[in-house]
Amino acid sequence: MTDTRESTRPGESAPSVVQMSGISKAFSGVQVLRDVDFEVRRGEIHALAGGNGAGKSTLMKILQGVYTRDTGTISLDGLQVTLGTIHDARRAGIGMVFQEFSLVPTLTVAQNIFLTNEPRGRLGMLDDREAVRRAREIFDRMQVEVDPRARVGDLGTAYWQLTEIAKALSQDARVLIMDEPTASLARHEADTLFELAGRLKADGVSIIYISHRMDEVYRLADRITILRDGRWHMTEKLSDVTPDQIVEGIVGKKLDAAMTVAAGSVPPDGPVMLEARGISSGRVVRDISFELRAGEIVGLAGLMGSGRTELARVLFGIDALDSGEILVKGRPADLSSTRSAIRSGIALIPEDRREQGLVLDHSVRDNLLLPLLDRVRQGPLLSDRRGKALAASLIGRFSVKAANPSRPIRLLSGGNQQKVVIAKWLGTEPDVLILDEPTAGVDIGTKNEILGVIRALADSGKGVLLISSEYSELLAVGDRILVLREGSIVDDLMRADIPDEEHLQLSVQGVTT
Amino acid sequence: MSQTTETQAGGALESPAAGKNQSPLASLDWRQYIIYIAFAVVFVVFAVLLRDDGFLSSNNLLNIARQTATITVIAVVMTYVISCAEIDLSVGSVAGLSSVCTAMAVSNYGLVVGVLAGLAVGVAVGTINGGLVSIFNVPSFLVTLGMLGVAAGVAQWITGSAPQPIRNDTFNLIFGSGNFGPIPGLIVWSAIAVVLGAVVMKKTQFGRQVLATGGNRTAAEYSGVNTKRIKFAVLMLSSVGAAVAGMLYAGRLQSGRFQWGEGDELSAIAAVILGGTSLFGGFGTVVGTLFGALLIGLINNGLILAGLDSSQQQVMRGAIIILAVTLARKK
Repeated sequence: MTDTRESTRPGESAPSVVQMSGISKAFSGVQVLRDVDFEVRRGEIHALAGGNGAGKSTLMKILQGVYTRDTGTISLDGLQVTLGTIHDARRAGIGMVFQEFSLVPTLTVAQNIFLTNEPRGRLGMLDDREAVRRAREIFDRMQVEVDPRARVGDLGTAYWQLTEIAKALSQDARVLIMDEPTASLARHEADTLFELAGRLKADGVSIIYISHRMDEVYRLADRITILRDGRWHMTEKLSDVTPDQIVEGIVGKKLDAAMTVAAGSVPPDGPVMLEARGISSGRVVRDISFELRAGEIVGLAGLMGSGRTELARVLFGIDALDSGEILVKGRPADLSSTRSAIRSGIALIPEDRREQGLVLDHSVRDNLLLPLLDRVRQGPLLSDRRGKALAASLIGRFSVKAANPSRPIRLLSGGNQQKVVIAKWLGTEPDVLILDEPTAGVDIGTKNEILGVIRALADSGKGVLLISSEYSELLAVGDRILVLREGSIVDDLMRADIPDEEHLQLSVQGVTT
Repeated sequence: MSQTTETQAGGALESPAAGKNQSPLASLDWRQYIIYIAFAVVFVVFAVLLRDDGFLSSNNLLNIARQTATITVIAVVMTYVISCAEIDLSVGSVAGLSSVCTAMAVSNYGLVVGVLAGLAVGVAVGTINGGLVSIFNVPSFLVTLGMLGVAAGVAQWITGSAPQPIRNDTFNLIFGSGNFGPIPGLIVWSAIAVVLGAVVMKKTQFGRQVLATGGNRTAAEYSGVNTKRIKFAVLMLSSVGAAVAGMLYAGRLQSGRFQWGEGDELSAIAAVILGGTSLFGGFGTVVGTLFGALLIGLINNGLILAGLDSSQQQVMRGAIIILAVTLARKK
């Protein structure tokens, strides 16, 4: 790899603003970044790409002063700097447009922009009028229409983002980091953002643009740097590189070798466990129809905001159905609440196990038994003996590594917590199991175990709907893959018809080759 | 990436030995039992310092239990409210309203109607509190703060601020004046409340769902718990419990009066928190609450016997409560 680096490094046409060289970083023994080089020039939009765990976020956090590097140097405008804290980086002109917005909803736009940096009048009193005036100047420069006196909480997410950008500009940011900035934007809002990015660039601001969306990268960026497994992989002008090459650079040539789960054999005429007929809900789920058979694992692929999670919420009775019909085992199902969904035989393993799946301070056993209390009841009372036995059998069946089931579940590792979330649901003996990102934040060994469990469940006659952002995972266990885009199913692929991960990734991103 | 670091943080914590060999757990246990330790320490200190003032006489000890009985009843139901991550500030004035309604109904229509009238007050207030909180998502703090004023005002209004005497001896005997065998009736009432409260909390589906709702409402809802119904039920329980406490005031003092129960919400909340229930929901212990209430009663009694005047009592009481809660704080 190192020998190709010199040849792909671009010529010095514009002065470089950021120059990171030989950056390495390890967290408690795990090497996250190895000898990474990254360079951004003045007035350039530079895309940064890589799969989950490639090290993009860590690299950006080092640039923002959140983490300190183990080795390597950082130069801004040719001067070597340390960037020990977030404040150092901010003073040096590095601005971040946060993925999770860092605004206070109860304050106004202007108050947010100048938070901790407020204009002061005489006697050191805060001068809100001056803040509004300066905020207007910044928005004028950005050529967007935002009322600085509006409360942020009353505005839509598109305005939040503009406020974030204005906040960075108010601190004289010369480098803006945007992490998946269009994830929560509607199309026309995204267009506004792209135009703004173009104007900022013309103004001499450099933008580091992190996105999984290939069309955006091609539309905006001048160059792209790809990281893979914590290493620099390539830096190229976008005019010199094809989407195929980028995808290949991100995922590597072959399927993740560690992901080996024996393909199941779906009985082609197994009973239909779940059928959706033209269901729509809210703005994100639009006219979706599909069938899920017993023994089948159907993968749901799509970008963030494509409606995957929202579809799961509808199927589990959390969001109401606007139109259409859902049948479980051929009968119309009542999905007016999570309770009726459970009664209909549907279980959802939610995306965020800490927020939605577990009561973190409660014990492993109490968490396991929460949906199963009916089965540990003896008359009006809960039987300790039955509860312990049932919990122990679930812990054994899913090989949860918990030394003592009476201790709080927050002490377990992420992977074991996830196993508890799955185990707790399987106790309810559902016919249809929906898993939303079941392996997020889980190490590769546990990931394989969880995928194995999912396969075994399907083989035992359940219908499984698997939502995942990791294509290798979908391909490892999925029998069929539905591709969602903007709330609709745009592709329905049999596993056998998908030659490789790139093919799936291109379909998800809507790039036609 | 953030996911990687999360796994590492989790992984570092988990080890096969985690179940057996942990010194942090020992100190954690100590903190959990602080209320019992505090109770024992205060009891021993008073027993030694006040041995000549009759602190240890059986009469005085029974007195402590009787004086704390109504607070105990309110605090037991408050344990449910707080462990469900809600609060009920209206319990004191609901007790007052229940006492006057019961008193008026007993005088005019007899025992049964009187008791039903008291319970009806609890059900009516509980429906409003629970409905506003669970259906309209109004914070319980605000709903019950408002209700505190409403119930107290109604009680004063319908009685014209006058006490309502109860001359029905059966009622007075059952609700607090009489004894069941050798045991004072009030102690029997609070014992029933504590036993029932502890069993339901620890051993029934309802109790478990209250804790889950308080611990993580989203996870509980995703697990099929009807969290709206749980919130409603908990606030209903609280009002009905307060109404029963109001009847106990009426029976013990043989009259209904709008001031009965005034300020009890704060004593009850103090007892619950002292007992080890989490103010943020998710954990609740009814037995702890009993000892919290007894500790407050013990302190009140001891300070009176020690001859402190009421201003000094307030200072001491406040200081002891702050000290106990501080010691019980988890890191």
